[in-house]
Amino acid sequence: MNFVINILSLGIPFSVALLIASLGEMFNQRSGIFNLGCEGMMAMGAFLGMLVPYSIGQGANVPGIYNYLGLLLAIVVGALLGLFFGLVVVTFRAPQGIAGIGMQMFGVGTAGTLFRHFIGGTQSVPGISTAPIPGLANIPILGPLFFNHNPLVYVAFLLVPLAWYVLFKTPWGLRVRAVGTHPRAADSIGIQVNKVRLQALAVGGALAGLAGAYLSLCQAKMFSDEIIAGRGFIAVALVYFGQWHPVKIMGGALLFTLAQALQLAIQGLGIDFPYEFLVMLPYLLVIIVLAVSRKSKLMGPTALGKPFNREMRT
Amino acid sequence: MTKRFKTGYTIGIIILAIVVAMLLGAVILWAIGADVFKTYLVILTEPLKNKIGVTEVLLRMVPLMTIALGITVAYRSGIINIGAEGQMAIGILATTAVALGFPELPSFVLIPFAVLAGAVGGAAWGFIPGFLKAKLEVSELLSTVMLNYIAAQLYTFFLRGPMLDPAELTMGSGTPQSMRLTRNLDLTRFIKGTRIHTGLFIALALAVIIFFLLWKTSYGYKMRAAGASERAARYGGINVPKYLIIAMMISGAFAGIAGSIEIAGVHRRAIEGVTSGYGFSGIVVALFGGLHPAGIVPAAFFFGLLIYGADMTQRLVGVPANMVQVLQGIIILVIVSTKMILANPYLMQRVERRWYALFGKKESTKEVKA
Amino acid sequence: MQQLTKAIDSLRIEHITKRFPGVLACDDISLEIGKGEVLALVGENGAGKTTLMNILMGLYHPDEGKLFINEEEVHFRSPNDAFAYGIGMVHQQYMLVPNLTVMENIALGFKQAWKPWKLDLQMVRERIEEVARQYGLVVDPDAYIWQLSVGEQQRVELVKTLCLGARFLILDEPTSALTPQETDELIALLKHMAEELSIIFISHKLQEVKDLSHKVAILRHGRVVFQGDTIDHSSSDIAALMTGHEVVLPHNDAPACTLGPMLQLRNLKVRSDRGFLALDDLSLYVCKGEIVGLAGVSGNGQRELAEVINGLRKVESGQILFDGKDIANFSPAEVIKAGMGYVPEERNTEGIVPSFSMKENFILKDNQSETYSSHSFIKNKVVEEMANQLREQFDIRSPNIDVAAGSLSGGNIQKVILAREISRNPKFLVAVYPTRGLDMGAAEFIHKQLLKLRNEGVGILLISEELEEITNLSDQVAVIFKGKIQKVLPSSEASRRRLGILMAGVKDDEEI
Repeated sequence: MNFVINILSLGIPFSVALLIASLGEMFNQRSGIFNLGCEGMMAMGAFLGMLVPYSIGQGANVPGIYNYLGLLLAIVVGALLGLFFGLVVVTFRAPQGIAGIGMQMFGVGTAGTLFRHFIGGTQSVPGISTAPIPGLANIPILGPLFFNHNPLVYVAFLLVPLAWYVLFKTPWGLRVRAVGTHPRAADSIGIQVNKVRLQALAVGGALAGLAGAYLSLCQAKMFSDEIIAGRGFIAVALVYFGQWHPVKIMGGALLFTLAQALQLAIQGLGIDFPYEFLVMLPYLLVIIVLAVSRKSKLMGPTALGKPFNREMRT
Repeated sequence: MTKRFKTGYTIGIIILAIVVAMLLGAVILWAIGADVFKTYLVILTEPLKNKIGVTEVLLRMVPLMTIALGITVAYRSGIINIGAEGQMAIGILATTAVALGFPELPSFVLIPFAVLAGAVGGAAWGFIPGFLKAKLEVSELLSTVMLNYIAAQLYTFFLRGPMLDPAELTMGSGTPQSMRLTRNLDLTRFIKGTRIHTGLFIALALAVIIFFLLWKTSYGYKMRAAGASERAARYGGINVPKYLIIAMMISGAFAGIAGSIEIAGVHRRAIEGVTSGYGFSGIVVALFGGLHPAGIVPAAFFFGLLIYGADMTQRLVGVPANMVQVLQGIIILVIVSTKMILANPYLMQRVERRWYALFGKKESTKEVKA
Repeated sequence: MQQLTKAIDSLRIEHITKRFPGVLACDDISLEIGKGEVLALVGENGAGKTTLMNILMGLYHPDEGKLFINEEEVHFRSPNDAFAYGIGMVHQQYMLVPNLTVMENIALGFKQAWKPWKLDLQMVRERIEEVARQYGLVVDPDAYIWQLSVGEQQRVELVKTLCLGARFLILDEPTSALTPQETDELIALLKHMAEELSIIFISHKLQEVKDLSHKVAILRHGRVVFQGDTIDHSSSDIAALMTGHEVVLPHNDAPACTLGPMLQLRNLKVRSDRGFLALDDLSLYVCKGEIVGLAGVSGNGQRELAEVINGLRKVESGQILFDGKDIANFSPAEVIKAGMGYVPEERNTEGIVPSFSMKENFILKDNQSETYSSHSFIKNKVVEEMANQLREQFDIRSPNIDVAAGSLSGGNIQKVILAREISRNPKFLVAVYPTRGLDMGAAEFIHKQLLKLRNEGVGILLISEELEEITNLSDQVAVIFKGKIQKVLPSSEASRRRLGILMAGVKDDEEI
């Protein structure tokens, strides 16, 4: 039983980066844009998150404020990168798939270059440590499972209902949903389609940056070229899987990280199984899920992937 | 619109892409305090200063070109192949398996056999996303990326396990690599003192083959039609799913061949890091080369130059090699931003008319009524 | 009731001109509408009516000219500006987001309900009820758009514009997708609304123009060729002014079906994309050397019928006998090989590959044939020769054969498609809305080609919305309604009135 709890309590923090990035990508896709550059934005976020505390303390302990400044920097730059991507796919109407790859290369390359110069090597930071919620953390079983994590974990899971509310109950969310499904209708009623899409991309980028910063500050507590390990791409797939709905996306994120946690747990048990096949598991799962999921986009953004051009005569 | 305008336009975009990339790159270089001018100078000229440098550039050109040709076939058929990295890895595994299994075969049998195995391996890895897209509507953008990670794990598994060099085991160092493969597999290094090998000619031959395939055969026509307008192609009786899968298989095969050639010509054993970045760089080369063999060959040389030059910048000017990825990313972004206009015949006509109006040549198209 | 906008006493359009790539859509147009007036804007497809209305709505910017509302000059930079003045438009293709509810769709434009952190749906609901009461337009606010029928969606569009405070209504082909019954209801409703609002409606159906409008303006090739009071002119006057010359469409006089059946559809059951039966036990046959025109309101199965004949859709049950052979569920390539020709509905996306040259489009279906290829290598010289010849024969206006097919005008694109199909010597041709959006000259050419084919023994299934085109060209007229053939009439017995009744689903035995 302890084993199961261990896996779960390991798994939940692992899912945070994926969850946050996916929620951001959800806003992107709901507005009609899919962003393969998510990975690159996460990489930049990871580097920037670490940059602030490291610059101040060189790897030693620093007052918590610097960690949070790092997070803020990651969020702001992430939003800017989102807007940059928007310039390419919304303003210039470039094909989103390839543009996303370009964005990814740009983000990963820039993060790597800057990291090697400013920090370098395998430096690490103490990062943000766990903050058990007083009282609740002591509840047997549920305590260690849910209430003994670092603050960002709580934030991430609170983001789920917040995202749900913003998307379905606010005027902005309504505009996003309209723009991603029938941009021409939204345009005819006076909504600035491209502006809404840029806003969504800014939100998506900000969350991607935050997700990346989480990885370097809270999870790995360091940076490397492989730190993102495809999570940005998985996030894009997860949004499809979760049918563009925050709660289902959360479920998907937990499912995928479960596979990853399983890998560590099995290794920890000393079972002799080639670990490469376990590492493969999440990626394989994505493909299987994509293959079997219902393709009906009836309730989702049917204008996904198509640039909007008002002056085009249909 | 005239063909001349179209080619001129494409070249214009390419130059624009380089300029913007260098400008934006300069910002980052400035941020890390590097000498911008010197950095670019090193990247673009340092490799060409001696015989070894030039051949090293050519060496990198070979896999870049091969992969880019494959990506072109796929892209023109309407499917984007981001999985070249994984397909290359599987191709290497297949080639290595053949070389390990049949070391006694004479060169003129073994080399084609091994390269063919690489092609088959890559084709199989390309078949998967092709099939998923054609029959199950799974976006190839996601499936190919996932397969890259899966292939990487498979590669490591084999290199640490079944294909591990016995010498590594006994020495206990455990570097994941195979043993030195049979000399019968070696592609001749034809310039003494350098590493450039006959694989170069194989790659060039492939470029010619692709040209004929895509523009001179009915198969190529069908693939291009499917990529240009999937709906019209279907209505025209073209079996789009079939050609999508074929295109992906060809694309994968080429990536596999690139892997085979790298092993047979350069490394002569399966090691880690062979595929590093070639899969993505191949995409940039394909776009940069205007998705046409005539453009891809020089584009591959150019990017071989960039990649080798970037390796040198760490030593000579203190700029990390990751910089090349930044430049590649920006180039992609510029090319896709501007190529959008190319896709729309109306807009291109408008641009052309304005150009001719500005520079006063005769008009090639007029407003026509039915 | 809240007055969200000021009343519009007069609206004036002065010298409006608008250009698109290769097309002069609006050419120096001037019009005037007063309070409570209904203006009918009439003209053929492509005359510039929709473009002009889009300018009025703020969706397009005019290249030249001015707009005046209540004698004040106005500039619309976006639909928002137009709304502010109270101009509301109901488009031909409904501007409703399918996966949102009626209420949410209206809320999209209802800025008063946009509180910073909440969408005040209650306010929207109340407004909808208010409008419903005032105009008798009942809609279900909680229904999702994709659940509603075409007529219901149109009602939602009307409610939407009224909720947003429209004082001036623009309706673009409001009855194009309605049955005659629904049309009558709509006209009565509009007459009632005209008591408080001014209306411009676009139509090419002259009966409606006579029934509803006070004034009529006729557009042809982007220019106003006539303006006046409706009362003073008869339908035939207006028709003549619309087309500009004595309209003599080629007429089909020859006797038919002496050569035996070419295409036989037997008890076809075919599903639409949405899952319901688009073709419901449909039977029809077309003979060699005969034109059968298929009349019907768009959306009754025409698309699915054309697709299923050409192998682009699955047959659930039933047979398609082509020259004796059952081709049901054949692949498109096999159907083409059997000798079927097809002029599809969407010429730009289904008929040609727009980025390929005209020359390359000609071999879309024949690229592997013996004529144009040897061992899979395309014989470029042969293809070029054929392309030049076809270009001349079909009078396709383009600078050369290498120009991108997508940059040609609609009529020329249609000629390319037709040239390709005809040059393949098909046994049968399915032509779907072949002259949609084309001017008289191009339409005439195409009709002549179709008749020529018919006289050479080719069977033709002509699917069209233009009743006149159908009655003029066909030997037999079949009416399709909800996936079944209502009746097949010889064209001499197919009057507009009778067809209209059949299209509405009434099985007649005699003329009423």
